[in-house]
Amino acid sequence: MTPPRRRRRYPEEQLPPPPPPPLPDSPPDSPEAAAPGNRKEVERLYILTGTGAGDGERAPIDLVTLIVARAEPPPSAAPEQSALLRICQAPLSVAEISAYLDLPFSVVTVLLTDLLAAELAQARAPLVKQARADRSLLEAVMHGLQKL
Amino acid sequence: MDFKSSDTVTGPLPEDHLPHTAETAVKIVIVGGFGVGKTTMVGSVSEIKPLTTEETMTQAGIGVDDNYGSDTKTATTVAMDFGRISITEQLVLYLFGTPGQERFWFLWNGLFEGALGAVVLLDTRRLEVSFDVIGRLEEKGVPFVVAVNDFPDAPRHPVEDLRQALDLAPEIPIVTCDARRRAASRDVLMTLLRFLHALATAKARA
Ligand SMILES: Nc1nc2c(ncn2[C@@H]2O[C@H](COP(=O)(O)OP(=O)(O)OP(=O)(O)O)[C@@H](O)[C@H]2O)c(=O)[nH]1
Ligand SMILES: [Mg+2]
Repeated sequence: MTPPRRRRRYPEEQLPPPPPPPLPDSPPDSPEAAAPGNRKEVERLYILTGTGAGDGERAPIDLVTLIVARAEPPPSAAPEQSALLRICQAPLSVAEISAYLDLPFSVVTVLLTDLLAAELAQARAPLVKQARADRSLLEAVMHGLQKL
Repeated sequence: MDFKSSDTVTGPLPEDHLPHTAETAVKIVIVGGFGVGKTTMVGSVSEIKPLTTEETMTQAGIGVDDNYGSDTKTATTVAMDFGRISITEQLVLYLFGTPGQERFWFLWNGLFEGALGAVVLLDTRRLEVSFDVIGRLEEKGVPFVVAVNDFPDAPRHPVEDLRQALDLAPEIPIVTCDARRRAASRDVLMTLLRFLHALATAKARA
């Protein structure tokens, strides 16, 4: 039986040379696959995302940012915020907060932005953006998986 | 927003608490078509019962509605399962299982950004549902490996036929697995990690 066939696509960003210029507000869904040219295959695998457009302005809250409460909820806190602080006695990822509160990720982000600003909650070292290139981190993960 | 009253919200069970030393978390995204075994794979390696997170997107946001700004925009909620593996006292790995046939996953800011990489779960009975997601990973430069889920009634293609059908670069690993088995799912993740490590090593040399 012959399986159906796919055509390979290529990264939207043009590389080399790095670094890609920060484009102001590039559309989230740019046109399909930039012309591949004859770029070497291997190179396209290294391209990092998340270092480009607008990144500095976005709140540094990722799905896996770990959040810990720093204080009791003040009486003035919204019920959602009190609940959030209550479940974050131990570190909890934003994704888990969203799951337990049953609120969309973006809503949790808004709640958190206030709580972080008021220093009622703390965000642990945010995700390493260059994680993909960090070999010691990858080795630590491999070591942990081996023990599973 | 319809919020449950604050005291009815139950947080994690005590045994699901992360240690206070936990400070860094990384993520891997598991993408695949409908019913291909994403939840099964997340669940088989996760130390917590898989949870669900969701995001709300407007039609305009998913690029279907041309009347941007009109009040006929409708919101779509997309949900995904995730699980967790504590790597060390400081480091935690999260696994997100996302239905890959939905193109708007790629508009969820930060889902793929910052991810270590992705696993494409493949059902050989419906290969073509994975075409778009593979293309999008390529476009976004997200490194990935391909895991073929071992369903009893699925056609078995030799790996090199699959590679050709999927037009995958020769270095991209293709493995088979039974997502119901923890060891098999763990091995898929190890394959991804070894691949990422090789990429990082090659990059360091360049
Ligand atoms: N034989 C076999 N069955 C599997 C495997 N992985 C999953 N299944 C079964 O396939 C069914 C669907 O698996 P799910 O994990 O729910 O798939 P999913 O991708 O999360 O599905 P949706 O979220 O609905 O898109 C379940 O009944 C699983 O038990 C596998 O590796 N081998
Ligand atoms: Mg599922």
